[in-house]
Amino acid sequence: MKTCLVVDDSRVVRRVARQIVEDLGFECIEAEDGKQALEQCLIKMPDCVLLDWNMPVMTGIEYLRELRKVEGGNSPMVVFCTTENDMSKIMEALAAGANEYIMKPFDSDIIRSKFEQVGVL
Amino acid sequence: MRDADFEIFRDYMKKSSGLVLTPDKVYLLESRLLPVAKENGFSDLADLAVIIKQGTDAKIMKQVTEAMATHESSFMRDGKPYERFEKIILPQIMENNAASKKIRIWSAACSSGQEPYSLAMLMKEIGAKLDGWRIDIFATDISDHILDKARDGTFTQFEIQRGLPIQYLVKYFEQNGEQWRIKQDVKSMVRFQNLNLLSNIAHIGEFDVVFLRNVLIYFDVPTKAEVLQKVRDVTDDKGFLVLGGAETVMGISEKWKLLKGHNGLYLPADGNFEALEQKCAGISI
Ligand SMILES: C[S@@+](CC[C@H](N)C(=O)[O-])C[C@H]1O[C@@H](n2cnc3c(N)ncnc32)[C@H](O)[C@@H]1O
Repeated sequence: MKTCLVVDDSRVVRRVARQIVEDLGFECIEAEDGKQALEQCLIKMPDCVLLDWNMPVMTGIEYLRELRKVEGGNSPMVVFCTTENDMSKIMEALAAGANEYIMKPFDSDIIRSKFEQVGVL
Repeated sequence: MRDADFEIFRDYMKKSSGLVLTPDKVYLLESRLLPVAKENGFSDLADLAVIIKQGTDAKIMKQVTEAMATHESSFMRDGKPYERFEKIILPQIMENNAASKKIRIWSAACSSGQEPYSLAMLMKEIGAKLDGWRIDIFATDISDHILDKARDGTFTQFEIQRGLPIQYLVKYFEQNGEQWRIKQDVKSMVRFQNLNLLSNIAHIGEFDVVFLRNVLIYFDVPTKAEVLQKVRDVTDDKGFLVLGGAETVMGISEKWKLLKGHNGLYLPADGNFEALEQKCAGISI
């Protein structure tokens, strides 16, 4: 079973996202911020990451930059899922190594279509 | 709604756009036409039915036709047709038209433009290989107001999130607050025009590939057959037809035949299937 790491500081968002990715057939792991997410990845790299931007402790973009530096850190497909909807932010995310980008609000259709695009579905 | 009024709308829609309305669509009809009735100062659909029956008020009749159309679309809809376009259709057209260096594409029910714009972006991505080629993307629909939206090329966040790879958004769109507008160089690749598929279309030219997607589903079998025939008449003998995921020519038209293993992709029935099937053998989509 493929694994998906859901990174968001909102419990509600994590719950909704978990439901969606589990329905898509993933095993879901959760993290509340970038630091937790990085720790999870160092134990075992997930197949994909659904990543919020603004979080305490370590933001999504900081986490992504770190992830792409560590060994094996290029393998997870990272899909941002954030209220940041500015072109400049999207470009920043792509430059940091994001594979796709969802602007909130999201739903299962969007997540499915983005996961298909990055090839984890 | 009275049965007699329903029948007036049903018969009119069939004649004006081909749309088939079954009695279970009464609710849809009411929800789409009440605003038209109100806009024209009628309190209910009975008055609107009178006007339609009389058949002289072209403006109101057009409003009814447009209000009943479903414009649902998305960029790169269903993915695979675009992959087939890139890997099978385009290379073959380039081989066929090596002398003229022209590629003629028709998006035959283009709605708000997602289909022709997707094709235009794809051509941009292909880039250098197409240097020196003249590309014509002709996009038509029956609805003027949806064509206005297509020409404007502005899409909501919701619309650009379905199917469009984020790299395409970054490259080919400009942001305007919550709206996203397709860039001028992509826009200028597409010609939009109002065209009813039920009308005489023989004059529109000849095409190498026709995208006729998610519109036949609304028609009855004789109308589907008629449209498939007309489309054949404006398609090059070596051309292609791409239908939507829920559409087929099976049992409807002898003019087209499926390219084996490639759902939704058709060639004129007398086309050179063997040669193309051989070329496609190694391509998995
Ligand atoms: C569901 S959309 C399909 C859009 C696009 N081809 C796609 O697959 O995403 C169907 C479109 O067909 C148009 N349409 C319906 N009847 C038509 C007719 N008789 N002639 C031309 N266009 C028609 C509608 O206005 C609508 O925009």
